[in-house]
Amino acid sequence: MGSNKDIELIKDGKRIDGRDFDELREIKIKAGVLKRADGSAYLEWGKNKVMAAVYGPREMHPRHAQETTKAVVRARYNMAAFSVPDRKRPGPDRRSIEISKLISEALEKVVFTEKYPRSVIDVFVEVLQASAGTRCCGLTAASVALADAGIPMSDLVASCASGKIEGQVVLDLGKNEDNYGQADLPIGYIPRSDELCLLQMDGNLSEDEYEEAMDMSIEACKEIYEIQKEALREKYSTELQAEKLNEEEM
Amino acid sequence: MKEILSRITKDYLYRLVKEGKRLDGRGMYEYRDINIDAGEIDPAEGSARVKLGDTDVYVGTKMDVGEPYPDTPDTGVLTTAAELIPMASPKYESGPPGEDATELARVVDRGVREGDVVDTTKLCIEEGEKVWILFIDIHVLDYDGNLFDAAGMGIMAALLDTMVPASRFDEADEDEDYPLPIEHIVVPATFTKIKDQILLDSQLEEEKIADARLTVSLNENDEIVAMQKGLRGVFDYESTKECIRKAKDICSETRDKVVDEVGRENI
Repeated sequence: MGSNKDIELIKDGKRIDGRDFDELREIKIKAGVLKRADGSAYLEWGKNKVMAAVYGPREMHPRHAQETTKAVVRARYNMAAFSVPDRKRPGPDRRSIEISKLISEALEKVVFTEKYPRSVIDVFVEVLQASAGTRCCGLTAASVALADAGIPMSDLVASCASGKIEGQVVLDLGKNEDNYGQADLPIGYIPRSDELCLLQMDGNLSEDEYEEAMDMSIEACKEIYEIQKEALREKYSTELQAEKLNEEEM
Repeated sequence: MKEILSRITKDYLYRLVKEGKRLDGRGMYEYRDINIDAGEIDPAEGSARVKLGDTDVYVGTKMDVGEPYPDTPDTGVLTTAAELIPMASPKYESGPPGEDATELARVVDRGVREGDVVDTTKLCIEEGEKVWILFIDIHVLDYDGNLFDAAGMGIMAALLDTMVPASRFDEADEDEDYPLPIEHIVVPATFTKIKDQILLDSQLEEEKIADARLTVSLNENDEIVAMQKGLRGVFDYESTKECIRKAKDICSETRDKVVDEVGRENI
């Protein structure tokens, strides 16, 4: 968390982008947008633009990485060189290695991996335009892409961050809030079992602030969950309708 | 290479956990013996060796004069790296840091960075031109579980032990070496979840059957400065609150231990 006293993040009880403290940025998700991938999802979240694709289950290479009793969920989080103001050097860095690991772990919890021994389910997350909260975008989009790929899952994972700016706990930090705020708490939430499959925090929070932030994030994840389901419904209900129409015509 | 645990050991461990017991008879929220030795390595600016039971970790700091980042021209630079060398476990291989080493380094780094442990504004020599660069290196010699806490304690001790080597650099701010400006004392407490039981400081066998891991780093005001959930399992919200509550007492004891060992209280 950086700090800069000159930057005002709250004005007249509103945040710099006009949002209330517990208000999400606008989120749009579209399922099944890529042709070659087995499943995919495109997500816009505020100014973030993120694509997620799923390949598999398919044979795991290298073979020594195979698990004899279950599939491995292998996520790769990557930022495009042009996704940030200063060009990002292509290829994995320490940050993206860590985020990839966390997304893999978070998703593996909801996938019925025991159905596909020795195989891998590859999840690719490409950040095309970054504006704070990209790991939450990636995880949210990736779980829609998994569902779109027809992978058996116990639930979707919804992800969101909350944090602290100028001593105030707020939901879904924007770019400046992330840069100049005092804390950031991203979570991954499994709505049906009410469990946390991703949890990170940095900055400074008291115990009370932690609880306030968590309450906000969990509520928001439930909202995001509805958007995810709607994206899937939109794709598959139209396909079903089209099928029905075809049948009627025949 | 994967860690392998025999079925019989696994079943035994699960049974123990169910009965609220541990392999070595410890309480659920009890550390193994903690041994901290600071300042053993002469060429390092600061160092500490932490033995947490049989887990053995060295942390060393080195400092250099370099350029600041363009967006923070008046603050020093801090970098943390971890090496899981093949000596420490049959599971580790040589080569560049893998994802485990990367996660370890980043989680403990976050405690130091976000917890404002080092007053990096005092590490500026000439704004926009010259600042102190502080390298923290974690070297794991023996891996018997819970590297996060061993490394976290080691970093804190090594930083408290660090002398800024001003006399070695002509272009430095002072002629004499001086203690690294420390603002806060931050230590982590790492909990593991096995089935529905939560325990502190898991040893290797416990770690092998762990479902999930939660690291909470607190400063001396009981403020949370960093958290990280790891592994493939989950935590529910209530148990994260419970971990934070428990961490307050746990971290306060660890902090005292670290500060006592280094014998420095000028913060």
